Amino acid sequence: MPIIELTNITKTYPNTKAPAIADVSLSVEPGEILALLGPSGSGKTTLLRLIAGFEFPDTGAILLGGVRMNSTHGFVPTEDRRVGMVFQDGGLFPHLTVSQNIAFGLYRYNKIEQDKKVSEMLRLVSLESFGQRYPHELSGGQQQRVALARALAPNPIVLLMDEPFSSLDPDMRARMRDEVHAILRRIGITAILVTHDHDEAFTMADKVAVLNAGKLEQIDTPEMIYHLPQTPFVADFVGSADFVSGEVKTDGFIHTEIGRFPNEGKHPIGNSIVVMIRPDDIHLVPDRNGIAEVISKQFRGSENLYALTLPSGQRVHSSAHSLAFYPVGTRVRLELTATHTVVFRDDKEKAEK
Amino acid sequence: MKKLFKKTPLNKQIPLLLLIVCTISAPLLVVLSSWFTPVDDIFIHLFKTGLPEVLINTFWLLLGVAIGTLLLGVSLAWLTTTFEFPGRSVFDWAMILPLAIPTYVLAFVSISLFDRIGPIQGLLRAQGSDLVLPPIRSTGGVILVMTLALYPYVYLFARNGFQTQGTRATEVARSLGQSSWHTFFQVTLPMGGPMIAAGVMLVLMETLADFGAVSIFNYDTFTTTIYKAWFSMFSLSTAAKFSSFLVLLVFILVMAEQAVRQRRRYTTAERQPAPTVRTILTGKRCYAASAYCGLILLFAFIIPVIQLLRGASADWGQHFDARYLGFLSRSLLLSALATLLVTASALLLVYAERSAHSFKPNLLVRFATLGYALPGTILAVGGMILVTFIDHQLKNRLGLTTVITGTLLAMMLGYLSRFMILAYNPIDSAMHRVTPHMGEAARSLGATPFMILSKIQMPLVRGGIFAGSLLVFVDVMKEMPITLMTRPFGWDTLAVRIFQFTSEGEWNHAALPALTLVILGFIPVILLTRQPVFKG
Amino acid sequence: MRLRTIFISKKMVALGILVVGLFLSRPVVAKDAVAEAVEIVVYSSRMEQLIKPVFDAYTKETGVKIKFITDKEGPLLQRLLSEGEQSPADLFITVDAGMLWKAAEEKVFKPVSSPVLQANIPAHLRDSGHRWFGLSVRARTIVFNTKKVDLKELSTYEALGDPQWKKRVCLRTSKKVYNQSLIATMIATMGAEKTEKVVRSWMANLATDVFPDDTEVMKAILAGICDVGIVNSYYYGRLAGENPNLPLALFWPNQGDRGVHVNISGAGVVRHAKHEKEAVRLLEWLSSEKAQSLFADVNLEYPANPKVAPHPTVAAWGTFKQDTINVDIAGKLQIEAVKLMDRVGYK
Repeated sequence: MPIIELTNITKTYPNTKAPAIADVSLSVEPGEILALLGPSGSGKTTLLRLIAGFEFPDTGAILLGGVRMNSTHGFVPTEDRRVGMVFQDGGLFPHLTVSQNIAFGLYRYNKIEQDKKVSEMLRLVSLESFGQRYPHELSGGQQQRVALARALAPNPIVLLMDEPFSSLDPDMRARMRDEVHAILRRIGITAILVTHDHDEAFTMADKVAVLNAGKLEQIDTPEMIYHLPQTPFVADFVGSADFVSGEVKTDGFIHTEIGRFPNEGKHPIGNSIVVMIRPDDIHLVPDRNGIAEVISKQFRGSENLYALTLPSGQRVHSSAHSLAFYPVGTRVRLELTATHTVVFRDDKEKAEK
Repeated sequence: MKKLFKKTPLNKQIPLLLLIVCTISAPLLVVLSSWFTPVDDIFIHLFKTGLPEVLINTFWLLLGVAIGTLLLGVSLAWLTTTFEFPGRSVFDWAMILPLAIPTYVLAFVSISLFDRIGPIQGLLRAQGSDLVLPPIRSTGGVILVMTLALYPYVYLFARNGFQTQGTRATEVARSLGQSSWHTFFQVTLPMGGPMIAAGVMLVLMETLADFGAVSIFNYDTFTTTIYKAWFSMFSLSTAAKFSSFLVLLVFILVMAEQAVRQRRRYTTAERQPAPTVRTILTGKRCYAASAYCGLILLFAFIIPVIQLLRGASADWGQHFDARYLGFLSRSLLLSALATLLVTASALLLVYAERSAHSFKPNLLVRFATLGYALPGTILAVGGMILVTFIDHQLKNRLGLTTVITGTLLAMMLGYLSRFMILAYNPIDSAMHRVTPHMGEAARSLGATPFMILSKIQMPLVRGGIFAGSLLVFVDVMKEMPITLMTRPFGWDTLAVRIFQFTSEGEWNHAALPALTLVILGFIPVILLTRQPVFKG
Repeated sequence: MRLRTIFISKKMVALGILVVGLFLSRPVVAKDAVAEAVEIVVYSSRMEQLIKPVFDAYTKETGVKIKFITDKEGPLLQRLLSEGEQSPADLFITVDAGMLWKAAEEKVFKPVSSPVLQANIPAHLRDSGHRWFGLSVRARTIVFNTKKVDLKELSTYEALGDPQWKKRVCLRTSKKVYNQSLIATMIATMGAEKTEKVVRSWMANLATDVFPDDTEVMKAILAGICDVGIVNSYYYGRLAGENPNLPLALFWPNQGDRGVHVNISGAGVVRHAKHEKEAVRLLEWLSSEKAQSLFADVNLEYPANPKVAPHPTVAAWGTFKQDTINVDIAGKLQIEAVKLMDRVGYK
């Protein structure tokens, strides 16, 4: 049984036309980590706040642990939902010590149990000696670990994290990601993580839900999201991608400027099709008769990212070994190593229909 | 098993909010309801004769006092928070002391000392000196005296603003090569802006409502016209109509101030103000700073207190008896009770205002706090009409006799209506420091809204609560019209005592209760300002 | 749920207690009055220091207790009106005839037919409808610097507008009711036109801006800023009491015609009085010879009862003829007087 279940959730803020969340349904299994991924304004934070009970849906049902959280009569308030929250800025109480912060949600326990739980939590986040410090005496990473410990202390049924690492510097962010991931796995808690960073979503989550303009574009494992995106938006958002247009020919293949692709979507013959291709699927081989030309190069450390133009003027990208060097202007031939083809119907044509 | 479903916060907070708002604004609404009665010839007479002069007088007074208190309050707060100079640690709290001196007392003392008929000019004449002081009975004189009496409001707010904004921003500015002078104008002042504006608003409202000081100067303002309509020409309805112009004016001012504040909402980047490191002034500058603070304190506090001491010492044996302890303890009790009630209501109001989802009660709340700008006696009569109306209804419908009139409850309602803004403003400003995430984090940890209020918001706005209760305490103690009109039999306070003597022109006998009032007033000033600004 | 209550702060508990306390603090109401000793309730704009000694004497003599509340007269009148029949007040005391007249107009008083009061209080110091009665007389007269003014120079209020007083006159603000009633009686006897001319001539003779206080008028005369002024006699009495050697004296004007302007401190029985009989008895007592001295002397005023001699200090200022126009004229013409003073720029 899923521990979180959302069905047909819609939420429109007052004085706005477009809904912040439009007809979203998804579920999370116990122990699963779900990432809500999307650009700013996509509704991912709103969705998290709906689950937490800070906002209320206009329509649809929210079930936590099998219990309905909303009805036409009212809502279960946040404080009765048993959700743990970690905010971008930590949301620590500045007037309480680290220990007091962690003990805040433990008011149902007696003092001895509270102390026990607090030191357990401090150990969990490796801050044993920081109990008597105040939040402003801690680094950003330490503050976030306190926030995590505080959220976990009352044994919530789900942990909700709203961009928890975004205020940290990049080094710290990567370290915290690993640490938090390990902690979540160790205690086996169900968690939802809001992020706009697909790397973060991929490293942390079992499942990723991609949101765009309030709509759920796709929910799947990180691998499926990356390799088999179901919409051009997802394809573009979870990694660099080029879209090359083509047409289904009578041979049953999709013909494009850079080559033939299998028609996995079984699109009818004659349809205009867009094929997604990622830079690591394109290899370039210098060839005086090649159709493409190198126009720029970005050194990325472990690789070189080349931008190429095709005869039609379309640009595509290719990543090559960081030692492979081709000057701008080199004519190249493209070799495609895609193990699968992601194709979409051409939206322009759809509009014409 | 408790019921799982609850109504949405929307429905939960609004009744509380509306209850408080209605209670506070009811006397104000009674005053505004005067427009339901027709305009009488008193209104027309007052409108036609002397109104332009009165408006011009009021305008200059407001402008002068606003500029004066701004200059004094901000410069003093800047000096005591940013620099180190001899006596700073004393001036830091001592500069608030003039708050305890009622404006009319400072006005009376200043006039009796510095007027042409006063001892100082008399002494000059006796010495054959040609030196003539500029006349104190003048527009400049009233402005000066009211500035000296009211600057502590701005000082208190500016000081709080400067202390909580931390030093990081100023350090950045200094690191960019700005002098401390430039830093003040470009960083410290704009960042403290909202707090300072809130302080100046209080000063403006107090100035508009003042009758005591301006009548000692015989300086005709809008408020004197209101008094004249009622007391000299028997037209309470015209007095109330003129008062509603004041309400309108202040409402516009408040909205303007808020519009400016909204456009420039500063959230402190630092969650905690770093410990303030004060620049040590040296040489001439350090003595100049001490002398500046000392001079203001001399005229605003030390001289009036000495004058009161002289007056009181003559009266000591005659008037200080067991009854006197009664005046004293009732003053204390009423002020403490009102402080508790007003501060708690302000806190609830600020809290309810913030937790009411998708309902913007801002205008309503702002309106409800305008009682401070009305002449006290007009607000008092509004409250009296209201309370007696309720009593009549209770009598007619339930057969109860005088339930509220003449009880402490009626008094407290009056104080609540008049002084709400004093507690509301600082608490509201302080609440800006509580990020919404803190409240949400607490709720996700299972805290009820009430727990959040008592465990998170209240401790975090402690500074604001202190400032608010201090202002309310001191102001209630000085307050006359509401106390006079609503007090139960025998509940004479120090302020009532002062009124009884001054209304018969017996200023010499008023010195003892006035001095006592000042002394009681600075106990909380010292107590509360010695509290460290909130440090996490 | 029970555990949560521990989070209710102490402050909130204290508040709760206080709110309950507020309700409990309400005074004992009239319905128990039968069982208790009668307690007369007085609303007074005559201040405590001037009435308490008198009330204490009454209680000592009769055993009847009096409780009172003091405030300005405007708010007190409004309070009586708002409270209506629920008002606890039995007696309303003011320090101005105008306000008594206004209160009578507003039907706050109940007529009292008391031969004692009619015998004790002269007709011009009480309401013809028997609704209120003067209890002490406040004379508004001329004060002058004995070193600079020859007694022969002084004659009437009106004469202070003569050219010889140019820059020699000090006056109190027109906002004070004492000046309003003075002007009102002048309008009544001389007509508005003549009065306006007189007030205009006063304005022309002012040595300096008007003062907010009678005492300051006298201090200005002492400081040499001006030579004459118009004050209530008891203010002079207070100042002279502090320093008997001041070069300051009172002059009784208009002895050849209407006499010195007087106002009164007086009282009436409230329409909805719960202790009407007791209130009338108190009022009669206040007009009696033994109470009159007490009532007037404490503030160096003149007793309203002509059979009673004023305090020796007051008597030393000499006898004078009072203006015997009924003091209710002060109320009737007060608005007109204020308008007149506004017209001529008397601030």
